[in-house]
Amino acid sequence: MADNNKNPHYNFAFLDEGSKREIRRSILKAVAIPGYQVPFGSRELPIGRGWGTGGLQITLSIIGKADVLKVIDQGSDDSVNAVSIRKLAVATTGIETTAYTNEATVIQSRHRIPEEKLRNDQIMVLQVPNPEPLRYVTPKEAVSRKLHAEAEYSGIWLRLYEGIVKYGHTVTGADHPVSVSGRYVMNPSPIPRFDNPKLHNSDCLYLFGAGREKKIYAVPPHTDVVSLAYDDYPFSIENVKGRVCKLCGATGVFFDEIFDSDTNEHFFQCSDSGFCEKRRREVN
Amino acid sequence: MDNIMPVLAVRNMSVRFGESCEYCIKGCAVEKGRCPYCHTIWALNKVSFNLYPGEILGIVGESGSGKSTLLKALYFDMEVSCGEAYLSEYREGRENIFEISSQQKRYIRNHKMGMVYQNPVMGLRMNFSNSANVAEKLIAAGIRNAGNMTQRAEYLLSHVEVPVSRIKEEPKNFSGGMQQRVQISKALANNPPVLLLDEVTTGLDLSVQARVLDLIKKIQLELGISMIVVSHDLSVIRMMSDRTLVMLGGRIVEEGLTDQILEDPIHEFTQTLVHSLL
Ligand SMILES: Nc1ncnc2c1ncn2[C@@H]1O[C@H](COP(=O)(O)OP(=O)(O)O)[C@@H](O)[C@H]1O
Ligand SMILES: [Mg+2]
Ligand SMILES: [Zn+2]
Repeated sequence: MADNNKNPHYNFAFLDEGSKREIRRSILKAVAIPGYQVPFGSRELPIGRGWGTGGLQITLSIIGKADVLKVIDQGSDDSVNAVSIRKLAVATTGIETTAYTNEATVIQSRHRIPEEKLRNDQIMVLQVPNPEPLRYVTPKEAVSRKLHAEAEYSGIWLRLYEGIVKYGHTVTGADHPVSVSGRYVMNPSPIPRFDNPKLHNSDCLYLFGAGREKKIYAVPPHTDVVSLAYDDYPFSIENVKGRVCKLCGATGVFFDEIFDSDTNEHFFQCSDSGFCEKRRREVN
Repeated sequence: MDNIMPVLAVRNMSVRFGESCEYCIKGCAVEKGRCPYCHTIWALNKVSFNLYPGEILGIVGESGSGKSTLLKALYFDMEVSCGEAYLSEYREGRENIFEISSQQKRYIRNHKMGMVYQNPVMGLRMNFSNSANVAEKLIAAGIRNAGNMTQRAEYLLSHVEVPVSRIKEEPKNFSGGMQQRVQISKALANNPPVLLLDEVTTGLDLSVQARVLDLIKKIQLELGISMIVVSHDLSVIRMMSDRTLVMLGGRIVEEGLTDQILEDPIHEFTQTLVHSLL
């Protein structure tokens, strides 16, 4: 049934087999050196760079006919970006897609990790705009590489400290840097701090793709991932206490804050729309 | 002083800009720091000297004589072309610090030497708070307690007379004299045994100049730290240093106690320098 959706003019998963093999080799290297940014020859896709092409190249390189794909953008399966990525994947592979995390084998996402705990048979692909945690320390690639090689991360710690000096707390919103396996410092992509703990000792494999910057990196299952923080200012996630999803009643998840200008009403709903929908379906 | 172990021993240190040729590589052809055959600039030409414990060593010379190059190369901001340097507090002075790994060089920059640049932009992050500027060195030393770092930064900054009320401000909003004070406290953050100061007071008002120099002397007495004070201005050197090297065209042309050099300069260039001061 799945194959009926595939446009016969495309190679399976759009990329030619040589490209996919090369990207898979980069992925394997990334898995072998957790948190290390592996350069790869980023391909052109019929989607603008900066729109998730790094993540998409990973997805297209690893996906097989039996896979079920979920694509989300800031938690939502229905955003324009998620829809166009899903369309391309379906048109070139004919695979099945889903909005439900538990049904998916490959999940491509921007800005969120789903609420449901991911399993060992699932791969989470994250789209990365800025892979380099040292980029604001130095604009020069040769220098940041050397700093990584020497595990010299003072510049990153300095920025965290400056937030404490000026605002009384660390001021990173999304993309709070993490130390992977006690070695490389990594940008987790712009996920909220709320999602950072999900990277630690997870069952699933996380792959990160930056198309514009031509980098792939990975957090393999059961890897130590520690969000950087000073001893006396421990890492903390966004406070979601007291918030309830208006649609499904969920608590303790990450929320979107909604303001309805018609009713002048202020409310919260699950940022993970697939999760929210599934809960509502289960209730009904 | 021959029986005292120097804190820093520099031997045949050269920094050249250019390819060099068979004439200047032997060192004989170079005039005024430049090879007449291949036009290579020898900013430093086989410089050797010792820095002894607790002394302030002055280096004086006209503009372009190689003073800044000497300090920058010692602080690993630029590579030497050849030569050796030994720090008594680094592996008991047994390893040439010009030939160690960049990690080890960073360790020396953070723990064993401090640098105050002529231009504060080189030494400070202008868009970070004064506190963070000092903390940068503490972070590099592995401290991961923000409260402890702030305490230490407050202590160091107030020591150089930066009011505690201003430590959250950014140095870009500070006067030149205040910026130099911040640089000094940053350089001292991890108690290095050696402090390098490049024209610290050049460009400051005379009254500010005097106060900054006083402060440096005070710190030297308190901490017993060894310093190299570089200036084109002999009056600064006269006020600060016990011993002085005179540089010309990348070479040391005269060396001795500062008073002696002022009273009885031997080299023609030093004589001109001293006379212009009188
Ligand atoms: N990066 C460089 N490239 C080429 N020449 C340089 C460079 N830096 C310094 N020089 C030259 O080296 C010599 C010594 O310069 P410098 O050490 O700055 O002298 P000083 O500090 O005594 O004024 C000068 O002739 C200068 O022009
Ligand atoms: Mg100079
Ligand atoms: Zn020559």
